Amino acid sequence: MSAMSPQEIVEQALAASTADGQVVYVTDSSEANLRWASNSLTTNGAMRSRQVVVVSFVDGGSGTAVGTVARTGTPDVAELVRASEQAARDAGPAEDAMPLLTEAPPGAGDWDAPAATTSIDVFRDFAPALGEAFGEARSRDQLLFGFAEHQMATTWLGTSTGLRLRHDQPTGRVELNGKSTDFGRSVWAGVGTRDFTDVSVADLAADVAQKMAWSARRVELPAGRYETLLPPSTVSDLMIVAYWAMEARDADEGRSVYARAGGGNRIGERLATLPLTLRSDPHAPGLETSPFQVVGGSSGSASVFDNGMATPAVDWISDGVLTNLVRPRAWAQQQGAPATAALDNLVLEDPTATASTAEMVARTERGLLLTTLWYIREVDPQTLLVTGLTRDGVFLVENGEVTGAVNNFRFNESPVDLLGRATEASRSERTLPREWNDWFTRAAMPMLRVPDFNMSSVSPAS
Amino acid sequence: MAGKRSVDESFLALPLSALADAALTRAVDLGCEHADLRVERIRTQTVRLRDARLEALADGEDLGLAVRVVHEGTWGFAAGVVLTAAEAVRLAEEAIAVAQVSAAMNTDRVELAPEPVHADGEWVSAYEVDPFAVPDAEKTALLTELSEQLLAADGVEHVSTSVMQVKEQKFYADTAGTRTRQQRVRVHPEFTASTVDRATGTFESMRTLAPPVGRGWEFLTGEGWDWRGELAQLPELLREKVKAPSVEAGRYDVVVDPSNLWLTIHESIGHATELDRALGYEAAYAGTSFATVDKLGSLQYGSPLMNVTGDRTAEHGLSTVGWDDEGVAGQQWDLISDGVLVGYQVDRNMARLRGMDRSNGCSFADSAAHVPVQRMANVSLQPAPDGPSTEELIGGVERGIYVVGDNSWSIDMQRYNFQFTAQRFYKIEGGQLAGQLRDVAYQATTTDFWGSMTAVGGPQTYVLGGAFNCGKAQPGQVAPVSHGCPSALFENTTILNTKQEGGR
Repeated sequence: MSAMSPQEIVEQALAASTADGQVVYVTDSSEANLRWASNSLTTNGAMRSRQVVVVSFVDGGSGTAVGTVARTGTPDVAELVRASEQAARDAGPAEDAMPLLTEAPPGAGDWDAPAATTSIDVFRDFAPALGEAFGEARSRDQLLFGFAEHQMATTWLGTSTGLRLRHDQPTGRVELNGKSTDFGRSVWAGVGTRDFTDVSVADLAADVAQKMAWSARRVELPAGRYETLLPPSTVSDLMIVAYWAMEARDADEGRSVYARAGGGNRIGERLATLPLTLRSDPHAPGLETSPFQVVGGSSGSASVFDNGMATPAVDWISDGVLTNLVRPRAWAQQQGAPATAALDNLVLEDPTATASTAEMVARTERGLLLTTLWYIREVDPQTLLVTGLTRDGVFLVENGEVTGAVNNFRFNESPVDLLGRATEASRSERTLPREWNDWFTRAAMPMLRVPDFNMSSVSPAS
Repeated sequence: MAGKRSVDESFLALPLSALADAALTRAVDLGCEHADLRVERIRTQTVRLRDARLEALADGEDLGLAVRVVHEGTWGFAAGVVLTAAEAVRLAEEAIAVAQVSAAMNTDRVELAPEPVHADGEWVSAYEVDPFAVPDAEKTALLTELSEQLLAADGVEHVSTSVMQVKEQKFYADTAGTRTRQQRVRVHPEFTASTVDRATGTFESMRTLAPPVGRGWEFLTGEGWDWRGELAQLPELLREKVKAPSVEAGRYDVVVDPSNLWLTIHESIGHATELDRALGYEAAYAGTSFATVDKLGSLQYGSPLMNVTGDRTAEHGLSTVGWDDEGVAGQQWDLISDGVLVGYQVDRNMARLRGMDRSNGCSFADSAAHVPVQRMANVSLQPAPDGPSTEELIGGVERGIYVVGDNSWSIDMQRYNFQFTAQRFYKIEGGQLAGQLRDVAYQATTTDFWGSMTAVGGPQTYVLGGAFNCGKAQPGQVAPVSHGCPSALFENTTILNTKQEGGR
């Protein structure tokens, strides 16, 4: 990468500080990716980068001010420290000021080890297997589209209060989209992975082939409310929307779906009829994520003063009841409530669920089985009403069996409302969010049955 | 003044030529048919205030280089951040290795449409004050003052303020001999006023309509937008919105203001006329397009009043460049003429695939770390030369709705079915505005909607709107793009009541 190691950059920045406090972090990242369309490669890449971020804290008469400067590449560390200190001196006192943390959270990695890396070699077996799948698709007169990506990011965080924390984060995803040659039928399979050793192109291709077979019979249905089976990927995309809205301050200020009429927030209120738990856990198997916070800029849901704060497992919803919201330390202190940090994974689970997704389909008399959701956007923050589309497979289930593929729909629904209306959940499984996987890949979700899902209008798209 | 500026010395002082010579020579030696090198430095700064207090001031710089090759008919791409000749050589070799691994899954031989060589190009966008030359304290002071005034107004409980600023510098060199240096500046300021009714647990907000623009800090101090004028009106507009009745769902004639229509153009025309979508390159992600190549020259996209151009040349346009990321000069061309689909946005490989003489210059990568793909030009609806004012358009509507300012947006993967909301919706009765409405969304199918456009406003209604954050490609890339348009009238449009949609 460059002559200086990330650990040396952290120490050099801290040594150069003339401010009252400093947080510095270095992230070394590497990535490889392949993209394909119509049974052939379209783009690819192998990238490496380094980001250095310095946050300086300057005490003044009326409080502590903050300045953040980030640079990629091989920046002059002394210049970076000077720039962040100047930015802090130019800023007024920060509203979220708290003493920097001194206690190391559990679970950080080996500070001295070199960066974890990936390269295009991660696809040595995957690329030829995909080439074979292209051949098989071609022989069935079908087309494959999709994307595979593997990233490694190692972050070293140091603070003037003595913290030295390191985390290695692998992230991987594969999406496989099958279509008929006229694009009239379209289906999808996807997985998240840490290292691609658990990715089977054959399994993904078989999933796509089965859904293509289900699509042989086409059924036109009008807009309306339908009993709908939401598979894990669709539930993850909806629950991520609910999760991203979980800022305590917005709720406490009365401007969120989690605000209570009459003032205050809805913690303690039942949201789900089923005994569902929505939680984040840095040690969730296969979904491991950073056990401490790294924050470059403050917002209502994170504070630069909280850098290095432990991010232990947290229940957002427990047994159907809203239990926690995301709360930086300063807001927590003001409200007399616990500080809670957002994590980079999300698990929804019904501990009483026993059925697999296939068993839930089998016990459906008549309903729609979705595959993924797309273009989800907030319509009304008051209710968290979102709109979006069904994508790549709406299947009609009759007497426990898939009997055909239905046109797509635009839906209008609130994920919080859906929790209240879901009547059955399957066992949870790891899944890849379709809509949000550019930002969020670590999720485990059940299938949910909703008796009256609002399909607002028909979409002619396929 | 704009145009007389030159690219910053601190960027030109980087070893640009040495990097190009090292990477391109190595790529040619190893047998590549084509190779190009980009060096990009992107300065960003976001200033965010919550209730008139600074919440975050984040200053960033992304500097890196990338080598892209065509090796035995297959693309290869590699990117890094160390600006040395040795690293440029390593990236050329790595790009070729990527091409070799990928060859097993490639069946389409890559070839680029020809482009004249631009041997020594320099271009700088039209701006007056470099936002990165303005002291942070001065910027924060102005934003604090404006936010405090808004927060002090009757009925305003919260104010959110943000200004994004970007300076993008780019060096491009390829094996044909093109070498270009460019610098673009853009800013995006926003103020949002909100109010909360604790007793009922309801809240409402109203955001400024000012678009993001390819201008400098002068946009905040009076050039191109009247901030103090708009902010002075916001509290009353918000109070009126809070008291407004809920809309009755049904069909209405709709006058859409440019502050809302730009986004509908972006989603239902801009993306639908991207050739990579029509060919299926985005099929698994951003989606395809109903406007397929077999319909070029025949698809009735909208009413005969509809004329849409693509360009990378409009002054202050966010997609405006001197040359694209394949060394193709910025151009303007027709996408829809008299309501008929006549053109696409393409890059060099797609231009060759379609048998075009030349690319129209729509290749773009959002940083050195990402591979260039076809991205959107400024796609704009042309005004009617002697067309009516917005008031005249409203005056011709008996029972309708006037739509102002963008808000939520969603459209399907083939760009048929869309749904949009707005900052404010006004009832029109007997040709007059009759107060705001709440809980409104409009929903339509692209060709039905544009087919129902029965009047197009004149040049006096034309505004250049846009966005910083158009998303496309995997790995995800964001691109800035502008859309100019007049006000226009759409007859018999479906209006939803969003409270009813939510089952309440």
